[in-house]
Amino acid sequence: MVPDSSKDTTKEQTNSCVVIIDTGCANLSSVKFAIERLGYSVTVSRDATVLRNADKLFLPGVGTAQEAMKNLAERELIELVKNLTQPVLGICLGMQLLAEFSAEGNVATLGLIGGCIDPMPGEGVRLPHMGWNQIEPQQDHPLFKDIPSGSYFYFVHSYALAVGSDTIATCTHGAPFTAAVNRDNFYGVQFHPERSSKAGAQLIKNFLEM
Amino acid sequence: MLAKRIIPCLDVKDGKVVKGVKFRNHELIGDIVPLAQRYAAEGADELVFYDITASADDRVVDKSWVSRVAEVIDIPFCVAGGIKSEEDAARILEFGADKVSINSPALADPSLINRLAAKFGVQCIVIGIDSYFDEDTEEYKVYQFTGDETRTQVTKWTTFEWIKEVQKRGAGEIVLNVMNQDGVRGGYDTVQLSKARKICKVPLIASGGAGEMAHFTTVFKEADVDGALAASVFHKQVINIGELKEYLRDQDVEIRT
Repeated sequence: MVPDSSKDTTKEQTNSCVVIIDTGCANLSSVKFAIERLGYSVTVSRDATVLRNADKLFLPGVGTAQEAMKNLAERELIELVKNLTQPVLGICLGMQLLAEFSAEGNVATLGLIGGCIDPMPGEGVRLPHMGWNQIEPQQDHPLFKDIPSGSYFYFVHSYALAVGSDTIATCTHGAPFTAAVNRDNFYGVQFHPERSSKAGAQLIKNFLEM
Repeated sequence: MLAKRIIPCLDVKDGKVVKGVKFRNHELIGDIVPLAQRYAAEGADELVFYDITASADDRVVDKSWVSRVAEVIDIPFCVAGGIKSEEDAARILEFGADKVSINSPALADPSLINRLAAKFGVQCIVIGIDSYFDEDTEEYKVYQFTGDETRTQVTKWTTFEWIKEVQKRGAGEIVLNVMNQDGVRGGYDTVQLSKARKICKVPLIASGGAGEMAHFTTVFKEADVDGALAASVFHKQVINIGELKEYLRDQDVEIRT
């Protein structure tokens, strides 16, 4: 289903080195396919040299914060990820790992963005927060170029980051929470852009074109 | 606000999409990938693939098609059928499925739910429940091995006790399939689903009985389910998903358009 127009630009884009950090989590391939649908080639790697030389990196994650941090530690990736200077996009649990601490397993996380990951307040709403919900992005943020306020994205999570100074998009499920975050070269989205239809594809494209 | 989900279900048998009436007489509908693509393009919010032969035949779903689906589909999808261990689930998720749905194996070994939830997080663990209303005893009972009518059997669980049990063990979502209604297009069982809703704190998906657009409005408004799953009305193009979503929006149902 790759449109012909994107194929035309493939040659140019393959010069850009896109890497998915192999965290050992389970949704690596869906992120990989989503990037490939945009005409980019992409490598999945845990090799330090490959990661350091990448132009853009994705930090995906499905599972629990404890399990993911354990995997990162075993692969000796914690310091490496912290020292990356290229744009990094954390997805779902990958975004949560960028924060300072996660109450899911009470584990210290990477501390690259402010705030802690806490259970979502369950009053009056069902958890996990699962399904399509609308987001309110910060106006003019490049990650949300051509993505109107109120666009639907696909969420699946029970823990969330409170709205804070690094928040660049919010969503509400019972209470408002951080849907997207950015500090320096680190970006994160709580939703799954790889599973969010056209809006999600646009977001990945925006990140890759930054 | 969280949108109500429209979920086409593709029953898979031997790598093809099939559909039976009341779980029997399976007829061939077509190939998996083109049908999945069509539904995604029409605006489906999610897809569910049930390998209906898997549990009965004691084998795991053929995983190659999971990867082919993940390659082309940009909406979430769930795979069900014969997932009996953490390894089985890991394989399906690695191939790009977003969730796994467990039915008969969870009844055989309920601790599987705990183990899967601990390893992958509750958010990707869906529990499918095949429920049958016995008119003689007026009880809602859970059935097992419904993919093969020669092996289908009633379990010791009432539907509502099982719904409570699976939540305690870490179910992140429940698909309640009402066998009495399956494939007959007479409408969802809103009575049973409303009762289930009262005790179901996680997302609840209605399954079995969709025949016309009004059935979707009714199940969302009366039973307050999070999603409605249907098969034959979409396969046979009785209902177009795009038109259904416009209709639901006009009926003031929160929907992604």
